[in-house]
Amino acid sequence: MTDFKCPECGYVFSEDAGDEHEGYPPGTSFQSLPDDYVCPDCSVRYKEDFEAI
Amino acid sequence: MIRSLVTHNSYLITAFRPCDPGALRVVVRTWCLANCIDIRQEPGLYALEDSPKKTIIAWHESTGDHAMKGYTAALPSGEAIHYIDRKRWFWLLSVFYPLQPFLGIWLHAETGNQAWLLFPLFTGYVVAPVLDMILGEDKNNPPEEVVPQLDADFYYRLLTYAVVPLHFVTLIGAAWWAGTQDLSWWAFLGLAVVAGIASGLGINTGHELGHKKSRLERWLAKIVLAVPVYGHFWIEHNRGHHRDVSTPEDPASARMGESIYRFAIREIPGAFLRAWAIEKERLERRGKAVWNTDNQILQSMSLSAVVQLGLLIAFGWKMIPFLVVHNIFGWWQLTSANYIEHYGLLRLKDENGKYERCQPHHSWNSNHIFSNLVLFHLERHSDHHAHPLRRYQSLRHFEDLPSLPNGYFGSYLLAYVPWLWYWVMDKKLLALPHVNGDLDKINIDPRRKEMIYRKYGSPELSESTGEQSP
Repeated sequence: MTDFKCPECGYVFSEDAGDEHEGYPPGTSFQSLPDDYVCPDCSVRYKEDFEAI
Repeated sequence: MIRSLVTHNSYLITAFRPCDPGALRVVVRTWCLANCIDIRQEPGLYALEDSPKKTIIAWHESTGDHAMKGYTAALPSGEAIHYIDRKRWFWLLSVFYPLQPFLGIWLHAETGNQAWLLFPLFTGYVVAPVLDMILGEDKNNPPEEVVPQLDADFYYRLLTYAVVPLHFVTLIGAAWWAGTQDLSWWAFLGLAVVAGIASGLGINTGHELGHKKSRLERWLAKIVLAVPVYGHFWIEHNRGHHRDVSTPEDPASARMGESIYRFAIREIPGAFLRAWAIEKERLERRGKAVWNTDNQILQSMSLSAVVQLGLLIAFGWKMIPFLVVHNIFGWWQLTSANYIEHYGLLRLKDENGKYERCQPHHSWNSNHIFSNLVLFHLERHSDHHAHPLRRYQSLRHFEDLPSLPNGYFGSYLLAYVPWLWYWVMDKKLLALPHVNGDLDKINIDPRRKEMIYRKYGSPELSESTGEQSP
């Protein structure tokens, strides 16, 4: 399980924790997020911009 | 305080003097603290050759020696910098500007002349553009090194919190005056317009708050957006507009050749539907129905219903036309801002068919100081879109960005006269360095495409605008 960080605003998508508010349960792999996923906090970085940390 | 002589990298302290630059006082006092020297007890000549500048990160004046709070930080080179935000107290204008309807009410109460109720229209559409013209532009940026301190300074946040209840006070106060005074129809509707414009500024407050990560600020955004009944804005703007900005898909980005009136018809319903779709999708992922207390749009709209029904019960049927006009003019403020902020600008698609990331040249800016001070720096729009979470006090000016001819209020007036707007802005749009007369790099209204290509598409024009661009 990996964490992925938005390079613009620092939002972290944790595969362990998921994101309850956004409707992604714990254990959601980053890969499985929709292709048009954008950072839920800043919306200006796409899925492929996220960096594994 | 400290009399000093600055050389390349050393400080000599000779005496106290109150007018020394803040940066120097901080450097010297930090050095004194670090070296356990109480300069008040031991005034004299000190050489600070062992540069204390490297060690200071954040050291604030604690004695209240000067009214303006400063921020000190170390540059990568080790040199200390001290920054004073000269706009610090002027940001209070953003807090009090929405209270303008009370100015009209007070003048009406004093003189008995109902025309005074319209006075805020004069301040908004005459005084503000003239002040922008006279006071001009402000191109100062805080140094990047002090931005974390500037962002952490609670004072700036407090202003955005403080203005939230004031928006409710303004709406309720204006409704009370409209509901209890014997006004002519034009003064009654005028007061509704003025109150609506003030509540439109509430969308600006909600905008600043809604971009932040903290729960408190997000909730305050939803609360303040209840005043103009625009609870969907927070989702629409953050998740929709910022994602799609300056593309033909964005209902909140105006196209070249599209008048503000046709834009409004596309923008107002388009924005609501997009917000609703985004929120519905989120709730569905959570296994919840869209009609649910967790629906963030409905949370804000419920508060709107409580406020507006309350006004209806308190002041009777007169509130129906008052609130309708108030709400429409509140929305109209946002429509006006959206219209001018991205007019004609277009993000291009990359080889994967995805739009390029939003660049600073995808927004129109204004550095006019007055209107920026009453709008929490909204007009530094390029930096906002490039870094949506950046706080208003830290937004920056950059050279060579698309620039509006006046602040927002003056630019709104231009936009309200479509032919005048096209006459001023289409030339500016074509002359932008990244456009360079190329119509394929402009977001054009499909209905006007043929006409615009006929008018501007000739190679001669492309060349001439190319020469004009800096």
